[in-house]
Amino acid sequence: MHLLKHQWSRLARTAWANRQEIIKAGLGRRDLFKMGLLTSAGYLVAKRGLSTRAAYADDDDNVCSSPPTRAFYDLLPTPRDGTMKIQTPTTLTPTPTAAPNTAAGEGRKITHQAFTQFAPQKFYAVTQRAGYVSVSPDLPLQTLWGFAIGTPTENKPIDVPGPVYVAHYGEPILVRNFNQLPAQDKNGGFGLPSVSTHLHNGHTPSESDGNPCDFFERGYFYDQHYPNVLAGVLSDHQAPPGVDPATGGDINEAMSTLWYHDHRVDFTSQNVYKGLAGFYLLFNDHDTSDENTGFHLPSFPAYDIPMMFADKCFDSSGKLFFDLFNLDGILGDKFTVNGKIQPVLHVSPRRYRFRWLDAGPSRFYQFFLTDLTNLSAHNLFWQISSDGNLLPKPIRVESVRLSVAERADVIIDFAPFAGKTLYLENRLKQDDGRGPTDHEIRSAGQGNLVLKIIVDGPTVADHSQDPATITKFYDLPSTAVTPRVKRTFVFSDSGGGWQINERFFACNDIRFTVQENSVEQWTLINDGGEWEHPIHIHFEEFQTLSINGRAPATSPLVQTGRKDVLRLEADASATLFFRFRDFTGKYPMHCHNTIHEDHAMMLRFDIAPIGDTRQSP
Amino acid sequence: MPTITRRTYLALSALAPVAAGLLARESRSEDISSRDVIRNRYFPNLVLMTHEGRQVRFYDDLIKDKIVTINFMYTQCEDGRCPVTTANLVRVQKLLGSRVGRDIFMYSFTLAPEHDTPTVLKRYAKAYGVGPGWTFVTGSPRDMEVLRRKLGFVWANPVRDAKRSSHTGNLRYGNEPLQLWSACPAMAKPEWIAESISWVDWPKTTAAKPG
Ligand SMILES: [Cu+2]
Repeated sequence: MHLLKHQWSRLARTAWANRQEIIKAGLGRRDLFKMGLLTSAGYLVAKRGLSTRAAYADDDDNVCSSPPTRAFYDLLPTPRDGTMKIQTPTTLTPTPTAAPNTAAGEGRKITHQAFTQFAPQKFYAVTQRAGYVSVSPDLPLQTLWGFAIGTPTENKPIDVPGPVYVAHYGEPILVRNFNQLPAQDKNGGFGLPSVSTHLHNGHTPSESDGNPCDFFERGYFYDQHYPNVLAGVLSDHQAPPGVDPATGGDINEAMSTLWYHDHRVDFTSQNVYKGLAGFYLLFNDHDTSDENTGFHLPSFPAYDIPMMFADKCFDSSGKLFFDLFNLDGILGDKFTVNGKIQPVLHVSPRRYRFRWLDAGPSRFYQFFLTDLTNLSAHNLFWQISSDGNLLPKPIRVESVRLSVAERADVIIDFAPFAGKTLYLENRLKQDDGRGPTDHEIRSAGQGNLVLKIIVDGPTVADHSQDPATITKFYDLPSTAVTPRVKRTFVFSDSGGGWQINERFFACNDIRFTVQENSVEQWTLINDGGEWEHPIHIHFEEFQTLSINGRAPATSPLVQTGRKDVLRLEADASATLFFRFRDFTGKYPMHCHNTIHEDHAMMLRFDIAPIGDTRQSP
Repeated sequence: MPTITRRTYLALSALAPVAAGLLARESRSEDISSRDVIRNRYFPNLVLMTHEGRQVRFYDDLIKDKIVTINFMYTQCEDGRCPVTTANLVRVQKLLGSRVGRDIFMYSFTLAPEHDTPTVLKRYAKAYGVGPGWTFVTGSPRDMEVLRRKLGFVWANPVRDAKRSSHTGNLRYGNEPLQLWSACPAMAKPEWIAESISWVDWPKTTAAKPG
């Protein structure tokens, strides 16, 4: 399969020859840019006869070729600058109830299971609707779908990404989520106005999780109850050291960077691409948002900046384009961060925490810090988390790889770069939606420059702790426990859809039942040489016992910590350790390449008092 | 400018409009509708033949104003997948009942038009008990190839893409005027396929409550 993947068509060879000729002719970057051949990010425009990717397509419209846009013009929206809004509490009328308030127009069908136990202390309203959004000064305003703070009658503008939730362990909240998206025929070409907002990877009761099958229609609302509790809070199951008897739960399973996004079955890729995603940050007594306390991580929001990466494609008229009929996965040629194409961030010469999130739909990234005036430099920084969980301690890295839905919190010290300009550069080569191409890393300056970072801010005090001196965040919970059941899942393609254990997803198809308060061991196998699948399991994070029979990698491909997305490479396998606790109900496991997810690479499992022992469910 | 060959020059000159893109922003004429964008991109108005020997236009006669399902098949499918897929879709057709042929239309396009003539397709449809409202379609080999590519029954791997049988497993479903399109495995359970089609159905007349 590997060899076949690289057989070239005649057109591909022509494209390659053309590119070699450009190189031989000594055309400079300026020449190429003037001819419209080079994008502002510095890579060749995808055109038949020039790009090998384009050459595979029958005609140009099967390839993303967006209009040119200026790079590094818009500022990166941030909570720091108030350009990325922070969600604010409100009073809800009618008062939320444990049972669905059907009479008032609630679309929820299941009663909250922990509503009185973890009574919400703060209430939020958010409205999903369409609105005009600028992604670049060189493109027309886009009609996107986003989340507006407040109820429909408050009529506030939408935010894309949505507002940031700042949540705290021990403080349960409730979000009233209104669906005011446009009617079906007003979707602008893609997107279904029927939604289920998933909080990825909250320790959330099933009915508030945003299950793909718990979608609700336009005109309705849905109350989502987020207890913000540590895993283990309701469990007497092998209470490990670190369980706080006062508040319950295992502090070693505390989470930090979560995100929310639409999860509507079969339409997730379209709806998220259209804008329905945002951050949810979770703090506690250690990760406090104040650099003077706890772990002394850079203060939010001044020095703690969430960044959502999403690649997009625009049609010749400059409108956001979604390829409706693509099964491999979708790549864009425009790189947005927090909704802007190739923005700029100004920072002071001190330490910052960046929270990186790959929002998909299908692209993998490997980010480096590039100084274009010194391409041979290895600019190191610290990775402090893998997905939602802080690592046991910071790991020094030169790069971070992310697949769809993976997150990495990093700490970068800009003090040595005072007065300089750096770029966040994706050097991972990817030619189509299947996954990165042979994991090839481009040389410095040859990748996608997604963000320009100018270190020209004033010199300010830095009370955050140098990660080099941080010896511990949390301990990894012990995995020396015999699992109640070992299960195996094979991820494969069926020539027309994506499967798990040779079956497709259906909402009412309960593939297996996990026994509440038990330990399970799952082995995930990618039975294909062509596609790489970022597999996400809702509700409980896992610890990776082995990948291809070996211990998981640390830097730069950190897979050692607790995680909720497993990057399952082609022909690879991984064995994972889970503890399932606290809540019951239905949850999915699925590929987070949202194209694969929508075309059936998903399954439903339930958590219940009595589980089964199906080994290949 | 350094010299380059005619081959590369042609590739370059095709890009001339791109350079003007920045200037064109202000003057861009608004709005070809998104429905037209989809039609132009995916639904060429090719002349095709049905298994009943009827000459049709792809967009005008088969897609426009309809809820549709689309799959690709060929009658001499070597790996045996087409027969089970067709049998599965027959069950879907039964579940959808009298709406098939009224506002829901099912289409199966042949990947082997040189063999699958209207007569061959008619015999095939009859053998599987295909009811009215489900049309098997053939056309010139070139047009059928254009159609396959336009509808995205395409794989990035050129070797996989060259195999006919690699395009028989998926079912596109959509509602043309409502611009709602998705896909599901053609071998998914018939009940699930029918439910999926319901998601692109006409809006329910019962008004939702205001938020
Ligand atoms: Cu996948």
